[in-house]
Amino acid sequence: MKKSSKNEVIQRIISIADKEVYSKIKKKKAPELNMPLRALSNVKYDPKDGFFELLGKMKERTLTANTIKTFAQTLRMMAHAKNIIQNDDITTKREMYYISKNWKEAAFKEQPESDTVMDDMEAMMMLNREQLGFIPEEKGGEIAGKLIVVDKDTDTGKEIRIDCTKFGSGSYSIPNSVEQLKFETNAKFILAIETAGMFQRLLKHNYWKKANCILVSMGGVPTRACRRFIRRLSDTKKIPVYVFTDGDMYGYANIYRTLKVGSGNAAHINQYFCVPQARFIGVTPQDIIDYKLPTHPLKDVDIKRGKDALKNDPFIQHHKEWRKALEQMNKMKVRAEQQALAAWGLNYVMEKYLPQKLKSPKTWLP
Amino acid sequence: MASDEPIAMELAKGQREISIASFFEKNRHLLGFDNPRKSLLTTIKEAVDNSLDACEEASVLPEISVEVIDMQNNRFKIIVEDNGPGIVKKQIPNIFAKLLYGSKFFKLCQARGQQGIGISASVLYAQLTTGKPARITSRISKKHAAHYYELHVDTNNNKPEIIKEEEVKWEKEHGTRIELDLEGMYQKGDQSIDQYLKQTAIVNPHVTIIYTNPKAEQIIFPKATDTLPKKPVEIKPHPYGVELGRLMSMLKFTESRTLQSFLTSEFSRVGSGTAKQICENAGLMPNTKPRDITRDMTEKLVEGINKTKIISPPTDCISPIGEQLLEKGLRKEINGEFYCATTRPPGVYRGNPFVIEAGLAYGGDQGADNSIKLLRYANRVPLLYQQGAGAITRSVINTAWRNYGLNQSRGALPIGPMTLVVHIASVWVPFTSESKEAIAHYPEIIKEIKLALQEIGRKLASYVSKKRRIQFEGKKRDYIQMFIPHVGEALKELIKLNDSEEKNVEKLLRAILEEKRGKLEKVEAENPEYDEEFAKIGKSEEGEENEKEQ
Repeated sequence: MKKSSKNEVIQRIISIADKEVYSKIKKKKAPELNMPLRALSNVKYDPKDGFFELLGKMKERTLTANTIKTFAQTLRMMAHAKNIIQNDDITTKREMYYISKNWKEAAFKEQPESDTVMDDMEAMMMLNREQLGFIPEEKGGEIAGKLIVVDKDTDTGKEIRIDCTKFGSGSYSIPNSVEQLKFETNAKFILAIETAGMFQRLLKHNYWKKANCILVSMGGVPTRACRRFIRRLSDTKKIPVYVFTDGDMYGYANIYRTLKVGSGNAAHINQYFCVPQARFIGVTPQDIIDYKLPTHPLKDVDIKRGKDALKNDPFIQHHKEWRKALEQMNKMKVRAEQQALAAWGLNYVMEKYLPQKLKSPKTWLP
Repeated sequence: MASDEPIAMELAKGQREISIASFFEKNRHLLGFDNPRKSLLTTIKEAVDNSLDACEEASVLPEISVEVIDMQNNRFKIIVEDNGPGIVKKQIPNIFAKLLYGSKFFKLCQARGQQGIGISASVLYAQLTTGKPARITSRISKKHAAHYYELHVDTNNNKPEIIKEEEVKWEKEHGTRIELDLEGMYQKGDQSIDQYLKQTAIVNPHVTIIYTNPKAEQIIFPKATDTLPKKPVEIKPHPYGVELGRLMSMLKFTESRTLQSFLTSEFSRVGSGTAKQICENAGLMPNTKPRDITRDMTEKLVEGINKTKIISPPTDCISPIGEQLLEKGLRKEINGEFYCATTRPPGVYRGNPFVIEAGLAYGGDQGADNSIKLLRYANRVPLLYQQGAGAITRSVINTAWRNYGLNQSRGALPIGPMTLVVHIASVWVPFTSESKEAIAHYPEIIKEIKLALQEIGRKLASYVSKKRRIQFEGKKRDYIQMFIPHVGEALKELIKLNDSEEKNVEKLLRAILEEKRGKLEKVEAENPEYDEEFAKIGKSEEGEENEKEQ
């Protein structure tokens, strides 16, 4: 994301308020705020760039019954952002929701409403929410393995070296903002894992030591910080990223897809929050057959998710291998969790499954 | 058995003619004298209807005085006096004290009275309940004296019995006055004298009525126009709908010498071409002598008539109230928001032309949760009883009011803030009974009523949807306006506006909104014609129980 100084950000905010809103009102014209539509229908996928990019569709907020409330809320949130940047303060997404409670009829009813306006503001200004003074409260993900993270002490500014091998049975938490971090490692690859359960299993037996790798627990769909952390680590240290999720539509079309190319909802920032070099090693539909995994039947919601992905997801549509995989799963009508491998023994996953998979790139998905 | 005579001979001794007067003495409910309250109203109604018909026939602007005096013990004295043409001396006893005596029965002409029963039935009722004779005064011009009569009905012979007759002095140049003592009950409400007179005034704007009620309060309904309604024209019957028996008696009494000239001179809309066509279709010679036509031939003639295409009867014989006057009357009576009325083109039932008119007043002070109020009229006379029975109510119920923005349960009047007026004008109004309370169910009439209702219903629907649209638009604007101060406040913080600049932003935004969405139309219609005092007349007073239809 473009690096802008605080002053530049403040000037951007003021300029939008002045040009798009105030000057139009003075000319007796309806003021309007235009922002990119954040949806899968407004993204394209170009493998050369490696991430979802915005198309030109915009949404407009102006003096209509449908948009006036969010129009006013956006302006008020912009005013709040300007104040906190000036005062060198921050506001969490939850705090923003509570601050709006002072706005009487313009208050947000639920936090998702306020989060949406915040995301729209990012998209409109093409700035990252952290640059606007807003931070999420969600956890960014867990790290264990052969990595030293170089951070700074917030009080003294002194360098701190964090050795991710020294957390024992615990792990290092990815912070909300990762831009200032530096890395030292000689690991051969990064393994991004969907579930905390699988992460714990691999950690317990020091899999990272045997495989000489860095383990990342994503805990479902990876947060922006998690994506950015993996991306910077992989870019700066030139190490590959392998992804290991449940064998289901959610693992493929939501978790893996978002990590690799970003999401429709956050299309305006995908460029920085994606990991195009990531490769999917499992659990693939073929793995379910090859490893004779215990399965669950697909629910209606899984089938629908698969059909939606085939119909609307530009990433899935672009890759023949992915299309085949989803169609295959739809035909099999079953899914399998990562931890289903435990059916063959608790250590089967690190003694047999992962070593075999890592050796045969043919079984991966793009 | 004491005698050898056949039983029939014995029975024959008890068989004798029954006079019409005796018949109605026993069956007075057939004429609208079922109970004391209704009898009082019916008497007033018969007297007023006769006065109005007489004035209009003589092209006099009617001025009618109605006085109802409470004599205690459920006795009332009523006096109705008009400025009509008066009645010649020798006709006075017959008109007031002989049933089925009148001028209108044989005429096809729009009038309030039809059979010549009403007023003499009232005289009979008064006589039955109080024993007192009717007192009539009438004068036909300045040059003639006024005649005073006291009359009884001789019920056995249906003949007037003159108790007293004399010449009197009367300040009126012409006119008629009737005074009756009768048993009755006075109550305000939907079926009261007050209501009847008010509704009469609504559809007869050329009439002045001065009414003194039993509480000695005088109410004046002044005329609203100096123009008499177009005088209805008398017409000949139309061939369609003439029944066999009628045709036979017409053939017997005609002065025409041939069938063809009989058809052209006794019927409307029959020229020589049509007459020949009828004869051909009937298989009869046009030059047949009417007297020679037998019953079987008459039957053929009816068939011939029905096979022949004959244009509809003339309709200039009907004098409707008119859309404007109907709407004006509603505006005076009801404080609503929307009014409309329509006069349908004339229709024909059984060879009789008729016109349907309908009007409505919607919204305003009217309650939204009750059935609509239905006002029915026939030849400008309000129909207050038997609402459930007639063709008008049936047509209202069978119209799909949901399409026009009202609620309606199956088989019921619609629910909503509305008053509906339906008027039928015809040379012969087909009532279901002699008390003239409900219209008979002729399909042609029901169809026309429904068409009229649909016409005003559509106008109502477009008003209702427009009102909803405007209300919705108003709500939207209020919603948008609610956020304008937030825009001002945010801009104030963002680009450091001062207070007056902030106020200006809000002002400009309101102006932009107004310009963008257009001016908000007003729906709350003013109704300067509403007359609150007028509207109160005839309504039940608080605490007074409203007697329902019997």
